[in-house]
Amino acid sequence: MGLFDLFKKKKESERAEDEQRMDRGLDKTRENLLGRMARMLVGKSKVDADVLDELESVLIEADLGVETTVRVIRKLEENVARDPYLKPSELEGHMRKAVLELMEPKSEEPNTVPPTGLKVILVVGVNGVGKTTTIGKLGLRFQQQGLKVMLAAADTFRAAAIDQLKVWADRSGVDFVAQSMGSDPAAVAHEALQRALSSESDVLLIDTAGRLHNKVNLMQELSKIRRVLEKLLPGAPHEVLLVLDASTGQNALEQARQFTAATQVTGLVLTKLDGTAKGGVVVAIASEFQLPVRFVGLGEGIEDLQVFDAQIFVNSLFKTV
Amino acid sequence: MFEKLSERLEGAFHLLKGRGQITEINVAETLKEVRRALVEADVSYKVAKDFVDRVKEQALGQKVITSLQPGQLMIKIVRDEMARMMGGQAAELNLKGQPAIVLVAGLQGSGKTTFSGKLASFLKRKRSQKVLLAACDVYRPAAIDQLKILGEQVGVEVFSVPGSTDPVHIATQAVAHAKAKGFSTLIVDTAGRLAVDAEMMDEIVRLHRELKPSETLFVVDSMTGQDAVNTAKAFHDAIAYDGVVLTKLDGDTRGGAALSIRSVVDKPIKFVGTGEKSDALDVFYPDRMADRILGMGDVVSLVERAQEQFDAEQARALSKKIATNKFGFDDFLAQIQQIKKMGSMKDLMGMIPGVGKAVKDLDISDDAFKHIEAMIHSMTPQERQNPSLINGSRRKRIAAGSGTGINEVNKLIKQFEDMSKMMKKMQGGGAKQLASMMGRR
Ligand SMILES: Nc1nc2c(ncn2[C@@H]2O[C@H](COP(=O)(O)OP(=O)(O)O)[C@@H](O)[C@H]2O)c(=O)[nH]1
Ligand SMILES: [Mg+2]
Repeated sequence: MGLFDLFKKKKESERAEDEQRMDRGLDKTRENLLGRMARMLVGKSKVDADVLDELESVLIEADLGVETTVRVIRKLEENVARDPYLKPSELEGHMRKAVLELMEPKSEEPNTVPPTGLKVILVVGVNGVGKTTTIGKLGLRFQQQGLKVMLAAADTFRAAAIDQLKVWADRSGVDFVAQSMGSDPAAVAHEALQRALSSESDVLLIDTAGRLHNKVNLMQELSKIRRVLEKLLPGAPHEVLLVLDASTGQNALEQARQFTAATQVTGLVLTKLDGTAKGGVVVAIASEFQLPVRFVGLGEGIEDLQVFDAQIFVNSLFKTV
Repeated sequence: MFEKLSERLEGAFHLLKGRGQITEINVAETLKEVRRALVEADVSYKVAKDFVDRVKEQALGQKVITSLQPGQLMIKIVRDEMARMMGGQAAELNLKGQPAIVLVAGLQGSGKTTFSGKLASFLKRKRSQKVLLAACDVYRPAAIDQLKILGEQVGVEVFSVPGSTDPVHIATQAVAHAKAKGFSTLIVDTAGRLAVDAEMMDEIVRLHRELKPSETLFVVDSMTGQDAVNTAKAFHDAIAYDGVVLTKLDGDTRGGAALSIRSVVDKPIKFVGTGEKSDALDVFYPDRMADRILGMGDVVSLVERAQEQFDAEQARALSKKIATNKFGFDDFLAQIQQIKKMGSMKDLMGMIPGVGKAVKDLDISDDAFKHIEAMIHSMTPQERQNPSLINGSRRKRIAAGSGTGINEVNKLIKQFEDMSKMMKKMQGGGAKQLASMMGRR
């Protein structure tokens, strides 16, 4: 069983609860778009241009981007064309399906994670997206699974980044490795991996400094961290998580492209979904780069992390204020 | 990119040729393209719609001057209107009061703390202020330490109350401290908060009420998408900020949020953040931002300069070579010479949107080309014409001949191959790709 399989299954009751938390940002004035559209369609036998226009605005406003929005609408139009007597009540399902299909990985992701032994997870992303916070939350999660966890502070650049991670390590009582500020992040990663191996840890989570993906030298630094890990433990890092902020717009696509080129990203974490931002750009990213979303961040507390659920996510896209 | 939008506009405008005037019918298609470009640049859907409607009004009936292509005229109308919208009143900070108080607020991770440090340094150096920083983010782990380190780096005192979990208390203490010690400006850094977090929004409202800052700044990440309008409005409803700070503009985002925010709250963008270092702070230029959102950057002037230097005939011959895979090291050498003629490398790359400030750290010296030239000069004419000939032993000879190393030769050949590939792809445009290739050294 792979590392992330541990979290995949979800009971219906839990799902409802998750969904509620994700809706927190939208308060009472929220109205379900699908409901509204269904009303617009009463007495009509087919989906008309007004409805498609409305759908377009909702998808764009959820940050899906022009291209992906057009793809979703095309799919929907195809379905509608095929079935001229499509009932408004059936539209809802079609729309969800159109988005979900785009997000589905084409093939089952190869799980390179070994069944036993140390799993190394490298966490990357631009500045301020929530890398360190996510690692803090993941640390607790894995520890609660009965795993022996170590956090490594390879952000040696941002002021007090090491202290910040240390606080998280202390909160969940997991192991922590750091060097001094300004030291070579690859050296930190190397030392941490050695220590994780010798202490027989199950999971090593490596925090890195935020960097904008267009800074060539900083991206090379990440590639170097990756190489150093690989050399010491073939197969490592087993996961490279790219953290994306839900409020980020279309630039997230470029982030995914560049970070994947530098570090072979294997999965995404979408943070700050407790706000009003929808994070719809991950639909485009998931479909273009075949990257699964692993987790979502829903707050600043150590428990505010959930395994990604595509159904809940897609439902939240169609909820408008 | 500029090419793309202007090409599309030209396409949409072919109808117009010979008519001499912009009319309702021939403008519709063009405006659709503009709207699409805006939305792709993260301008809010509604703002883009309104903007395009306004542009349409202005464009209708305008005479097409013969020397301008209709598409160019349209671009001019669009970018002038956009710059006008984002520009306006002077963007100086209001530093009235003893001390003057600057309150810094925004979402989590937008860059408030980094900005506070930069502003402190800026006011100290450029405005001769005696600055005090107050650390009021009591929530995020190590946020106070972060500000302390930044303060130390720029030589500004940081006020904090160890153990206190009440930002309002810390801030009022800081005011007292500033008064007692004769600080002229107090910058208050606050925790990141979501506009929907009622408790946290109440806290910033109380801070704002207590402090009565002369200047309240809303810090927002330039990569923000469609949500920018919601957040900007919610913060404005709560604390009626005086100005906006746009951070992380050293990235390659188009930054449509700048236009969105400006149209929902009508407050000026006073600063932009352009890097992680303490001096990476700039004032806001509306016209540059308009170009950036439209994907034009200073590419326009880059193109103009390039056109002056490049012999058109030579350019045509070159593009033919690229197309037929006959591009060799002699051409590469000629290219380098052209680039050198056009001005310093950094200068040139600085004009490319998104690259600008980044090249500062990149350290591209103009004699970066010296080794390359030496290596190419050590190649035989056959090798220059047909680089695939250059095998291992030839590489060794070239390295020895040019006084470089085998690694450098390998790198050059790799670079050359990448470049040929890329040039084939970009035929005729894509200055950005050129830059990213040159940067990869
Ligand atoms: N509301 C909310 N805030 C978050 C979430 N994840 C991180 N943050 C906040 O975002 C800010 C930046 O997080 P940090 O982990 O330091 O980002 P890093 O620079 O990527 O390591 C901090 O204030 C965090 O508390 C989330 O899921 N929801
Ligand atoms: Mg961090």
